[in-house]
Amino acid sequence: MDITLAQLAFPEAVPAITMAHYLFVSAAMFVMGLIGFLTRKNMIVMFLCTELMFQAAGLALIAFGRHHLGADGQTFVIFVLCVAAAEAAMALALVVLLFRHKETLSAQAWKELNG
Amino acid sequence: MINTTLFTNLMPSLLALSPDTSHATAVTEVGSGPKWILLIIGLPMLTTLLCGLYAMIGNKTKLPAWTTVAGAAIAFLTTVAMYMNFDGTPYTVHAFDWIQIHFGDKSMIANFSFYIDTLTIYWMLFVTGLATLIALYASEYMSHDVGTSYCRFFGAFGLFVFSMACLVMGDNLLMLYLGWEGVGLCSYLLIGYFYKKPEAVAAAKKAFIVNRIGDLGLALGVYLTFVHFGTLEYAVLFSDPTLLGYIESAKVGNFEAIPAIAQWIPLLFMVGAFGKSAQFPLYVWLPDAMEGPTPVSALIHAATMVTAGVYLIARTYPMFLTSEHALPIVAWVGTITALLSATIAMAQFDIKRIMAYSTVSQLGYMFAGLGVLTPTGGVYHVLTHAFFKALLFLCCGAVMHGFAGQLDLRKLSGLRSVKGWGIVTLGMFIGCINLAGVPFTAGYFSKDTIIAEAFVTPGASMIGWVLLFTAGLTAYYTFRVFFRVFMGPVEYHPGEEHHDDGHGDESHDFHPHAPGWAINTVLITLTVCSIAASGLYLVGGNSDKHTKHYAETMVMSSTAAYASPYSEHAIHAAHETHDPNAGAGPRGTIEHPLEVPVFGGDPHKMMYYISAGFGVIGILLAALLHGPKGWQGLFVGGRTNAAECRMDPIARMCGPIPKMAENKWYVDEIYAYILVTPLRIISHIFHWIDKLLIDGLVNLFGFLPRLLAWILKPSQSGVLQGYAVSMAGGVTILLLVVFVIILQGGAA
Repeated sequence: MDITLAQLAFPEAVPAITMAHYLFVSAAMFVMGLIGFLTRKNMIVMFLCTELMFQAAGLALIAFGRHHLGADGQTFVIFVLCVAAAEAAMALALVVLLFRHKETLSAQAWKELNG
Repeated sequence: MINTTLFTNLMPSLLALSPDTSHATAVTEVGSGPKWILLIIGLPMLTTLLCGLYAMIGNKTKLPAWTTVAGAAIAFLTTVAMYMNFDGTPYTVHAFDWIQIHFGDKSMIANFSFYIDTLTIYWMLFVTGLATLIALYASEYMSHDVGTSYCRFFGAFGLFVFSMACLVMGDNLLMLYLGWEGVGLCSYLLIGYFYKKPEAVAAAKKAFIVNRIGDLGLALGVYLTFVHFGTLEYAVLFSDPTLLGYIESAKVGNFEAIPAIAQWIPLLFMVGAFGKSAQFPLYVWLPDAMEGPTPVSALIHAATMVTAGVYLIARTYPMFLTSEHALPIVAWVGTITALLSATIAMAQFDIKRIMAYSTVSQLGYMFAGLGVLTPTGGVYHVLTHAFFKALLFLCCGAVMHGFAGQLDLRKLSGLRSVKGWGIVTLGMFIGCINLAGVPFTAGYFSKDTIIAEAFVTPGASMIGWVLLFTAGLTAYYTFRVFFRVFMGPVEYHPGEEHHDDGHGDESHDFHPHAPGWAINTVLITLTVCSIAASGLYLVGGNSDKHTKHYAETMVMSSTAAYASPYSEHAIHAAHETHDPNAGAGPRGTIEHPLEVPVFGGDPHKMMYYISAGFGVIGILLAALLHGPKGWQGLFVGGRTNAAECRMDPIARMCGPIPKMAENKWYVDEIYAYILVTPLRIISHIFHWIDKLLIDGLVNLFGFLPRLLAWILKPSQSGVLQGYAVSMAGGVTILLLVVFVIILQGGAA
């Protein structure tokens, strides 16, 4: 079993933080991101929501990596961060371009791109 | 190996002639010749490429013509040099390896090499010689078209000479086939030269399609040859022991010993020859081919290309001997063609068409000659005909050129007396007496050889009679043209190509332009050649001393030498030269005597008088019916203007017959009904099957994805959140499914 710093300092007072806690936080972040993405119309907010989902996944990866005492999870998180950074540059550039066309940030404005 | 008793007692000797191998050794040992002979092939190809280059850089001068003339002339000189260097032994010249396929124990070898023997030299001499002359003629004749069309004309011209050289010189049947298709292509290109004229396009297509039928026969024949004899190379093929064995069997009339497949080969070759050489029933394309420029008609459709069929049969003569029916069919088809087209020629009014039908008729003579076992006669007639018919065509072309396309003999008269037309009149006259078979002309000797041989060959005397009658008709229609167009009162009306200021009566403001130096030079040269061609018959030939004349020497030292045992010349040839091939003949009916007396004498000698008689009667009839009135008291004809003559009332008395002959006996119409229309209907049916079934299937496969897309299209709403919801929903459903499976798995 893992023994955290808090447990070392306060063996009695702090209840053990288990895998489930991390996964719960991760899931909560992911669902918040998802709900935000599905409900908001502002493209920048939608973009921030995707970032939230990314980090939720990253948290889960770190948790699993620690659980298995391996470096894989952390390595993957570095990759995810890189991808997120690149994607952020792309997405913001796209948003700026779309804004220049329609003078609005609403995703609804691009409804004519239908099938 | 020839037994000397052959002459004292022919039949037993023939039977005793064993299939000895001297044939094989005589032909198989072919050395290789000097490479400069390849100039004959290469130069025409080079001129074609140069003409294409001139067209690319937009040349507007007569440069293409001079290039072609120079190329053809050098090719001719090379041929002459080849002839001078020829020592009597056939040899091959190898250009490069072409097709070499090995499968099993057989290998198909068809190299780009050339087989040179006397027949090749004989043919190439007049092909390249006439090509040079006619290219020179065309340089003036085509001068209205200087520019891209001029380059196009001479490009196709050079390509034709190249293809013809491949056809004649190739050392295997595949090279022959290559040239065969090449000349067909050039014929198509040049008939359709005036491609803006619908008739020319239709004629080009007709020539191409009719030739396809013949070419199929040739292709199958070449295929069967390879299947049966395992080779396509002349040197190997004609010394093949199997083939020589068949000829031995045929010699004693034992055709059952020859497999059917070997007997089919000549029949298939024959179909090819009939297509290319315009024989019944495939002759219909040649008269229409006159839509092409006249030099083309002269070179391709009179002198050289249409004789390719004769060449094919002469070259593969040993194979024809192995079939019981091939040569009789060749003889009869030739005879029927000769008669049929002569009757059509009698009733035509377009002088170029008359010459076209006359060509078909004369080709019929050549085939009859081959069929009655005198390849010499057939091949000699090719040469004489090449000269005099090219001359006649070029004279007609000069008339057409000078009189704005006028070719109707009812609208031209007395050109003899028009200033500047003397050389054309002389050329026409020399051509006509050759064609009519006036004694001591070349045409007279070559035609006589064929007719006399028909009376000598057992069972062919009927052919002889028909050919004699046709000779009379030939003399009539030939001099009909001459008397109508060149004699009598001067009268001419320009043709359709004369567009001037739109006056009513043309003949007053129309001035024909007389031919220039190029046309006149060519006409004079050809006139001399036509006369000199009779020399080939007279030089060296002496039946008393058993020597062969020039043409016979050339034919009898080639693969066409397997002549009839009944052929007097062949026997003499064997006697003189100890040529093992001569006299080794085929026909089964050897009970017949060597000489069949006709009118109580040697048919070869009697025929000189009889056919001359027929010719003279034909000419006199033409003079009587079409000749001008009282020309120096010589002509009894009463014609005083261009349009009417004494023939008209006679034609009216004959009822519908002249009209039917003028309409070519409705052969084209019959073909249209029994062949073209059903084929058109079938092609429409296939067109609709193609359109509904094949296209339908293809379109169905194109339509299905579109249908699917149409169904799924509404899901692409354009609302970003909508996509996101369906994506998240999809992932959810997937996860649920996975969980359910895992749970069930765990439960189990």
